[in-house]
Amino acid sequence: MDPRDAMDRRDLAWYVDRVAQALVFVGGISAIIFILGIFVFVTKEGLDFVLGSLNLGEFFTSIAWRPTSNNPTYGALALMVGTASVTGFAMLFSVPLSLGAALYIGEFATGKTREALKILVEMLAAIPSVVWGFVGMSIMNPLIIETFDVPVGLGVLNAGLILGLMAAPIMTTIAEDALKAVPDTYREAAEALGATRWEVILKVVIPASKNGLLAAVLLGVGRGFGETMAVLMASGHAINLPTSPFDSVRALTATIAAELGDTVYGSSHYGALFTLGIFLFLVTFIVNLTADVVVRGIRKK
Amino acid sequence: MFTATTLNRRSYRTQNVARAVFFLMTVTLVIPVLIIIGTLVVKGGPAISWEFLFTEPRDGMTAGGIFPALVGTVWLVAVALLASVPVGVAAALYLSEYAPDNLLTRTINLAIINLAGVPSIVHALFGVGAFVLFFNIGASILAASLTLAVMTLPVVIVATRESLQAVPQAFREACWNMGATRWQTIRKVVLPNSISGILTGVILEVSRTSGETAPIMFTGAAAFVAFLPASVFDQTMAMSYHLYYIATQQTGVPEEIPFGVALVLISIVLMMNAISIAFRVYLRGLKKW
Repeated sequence: MDPRDAMDRRDLAWYVDRVAQALVFVGGISAIIFILGIFVFVTKEGLDFVLGSLNLGEFFTSIAWRPTSNNPTYGALALMVGTASVTGFAMLFSVPLSLGAALYIGEFATGKTREALKILVEMLAAIPSVVWGFVGMSIMNPLIIETFDVPVGLGVLNAGLILGLMAAPIMTTIAEDALKAVPDTYREAAEALGATRWEVILKVVIPASKNGLLAAVLLGVGRGFGETMAVLMASGHAINLPTSPFDSVRALTATIAAELGDTVYGSSHYGALFTLGIFLFLVTFIVNLTADVVVRGIRKK
Repeated sequence: MFTATTLNRRSYRTQNVARAVFFLMTVTLVIPVLIIIGTLVVKGGPAISWEFLFTEPRDGMTAGGIFPALVGTVWLVAVALLASVPVGVAAALYLSEYAPDNLLTRTINLAIINLAGVPSIVHALFGVGAFVLFFNIGASILAASLTLAVMTLPVVIVATRESLQAVPQAFREACWNMGATRWQTIRKVVLPNSISGILTGVILEVSRTSGETAPIMFTGAAAFVAFLPASVFDQTMAMSYHLYYIATQQTGVPEEIPFGVALVLISIVLMMNAISIAFRVYLRGLKKW
């Protein structure tokens, strides 16, 4: 007998193994299939509008979003400014708080305190966005009206505060991971030289993890940018270039959520909303890609 | 003998100030959770009763209960799990047990990050374009659940991959050396040793899925359906969409009803989260390697 035949074991287990490997591979590439699918199907529905009625100049520079008028115009500038102002306001307080929380949880806290804080951050992440939106409408709104003596409490301030709290857990978690990735030998070396824990953090840990911290902030921005229900309910949803934190604004995501139900399939309004979707997809894709490249940068080093 | 110099004392003071500041920052971030839950309990608590949980809304949703929305959410979550768990576990198995460190693997990882990062409303547009229109399922539980499944796939993949990778490599090597195939090793050694970690991820996905609103708005959720869903091709009410609807679209709803809905929704979500956390802590204590 040829010794190679003795080595050949194409029994049932061998075939099962082959089939399993093929199925698992299909599962493995499913994420790629879905992300391509999202791009293809959203583009497919928006394509007629992009090739037909879309006026790029108007889309990016006009604030006139009047899809239901007799002479419809599709200026998305106010929506972009709305999204940017709410996200920007959110990041203003959420970035320092989240990074501070990550430093405390990762570098100072120990034992039970640390576990409790981590669980609370997880609870913050678990609250559904529609509940956040409801909190904005029913708890924050009267609070803002009373505290600042303004007629309406739904606006940049309200939506920004809520968005900041919503984006905080992802920033805290990713930043804490980045801190954890700094080898303990770095800390020990610095402590052996007589540095206090704060000096170790400031001079060793933060410089060593700054790419990871930056990626955390980017992912937080992406989260805020794409949030839909909370912004829809808490921002006031008025087309407006805001001049104060109390002004109502309308976000890109919220516009799709509020208007898609009223459009006729295939109309230019319908296509315009899918075009906003393409725009949102591309921006978040670029933000996530950048965050990934930034993180990969540290691994290479 | 060591005595602290002025410089030493100063740097320790700085350290204590820094610690206090960071602690306050952390507390500022987590205090709102407690305030929100407290307010929902105080304002929504009085609305909760057997009648609220187990009857239909009445009088244009200004009275009655939330039963159809509760049942609808159970349907949506169950169908979404049926679709996403097998695919997600397969993806995690590929990444943890098979994938070489190459361009394809990096692309898969990037796709997972993006799938988690794409705005929920874009997932909704995808659901409309793909499931409702292209595959012609129509607005239904099936279309909404598939949309939710795609959206929450990264949760399953990441959690499963983590628990698979926690199984020591030596376990696999021992099994291979006995002549087992890769799949036999996975079935008899890797999966049994990581099943509870996978379950933790699945519970987390239940929590995520039951609160999502945007992805189901145009793919299968309805403001009011008089009957309970009989099949996956029916439209359905859902807790999250019900809260959005009565809080923004319906007038004359007494205040305690939306608070009650929000309380029930957040209770479901946090309960699932608590189970998942407790499970994780328990498993950590169990681990012998």
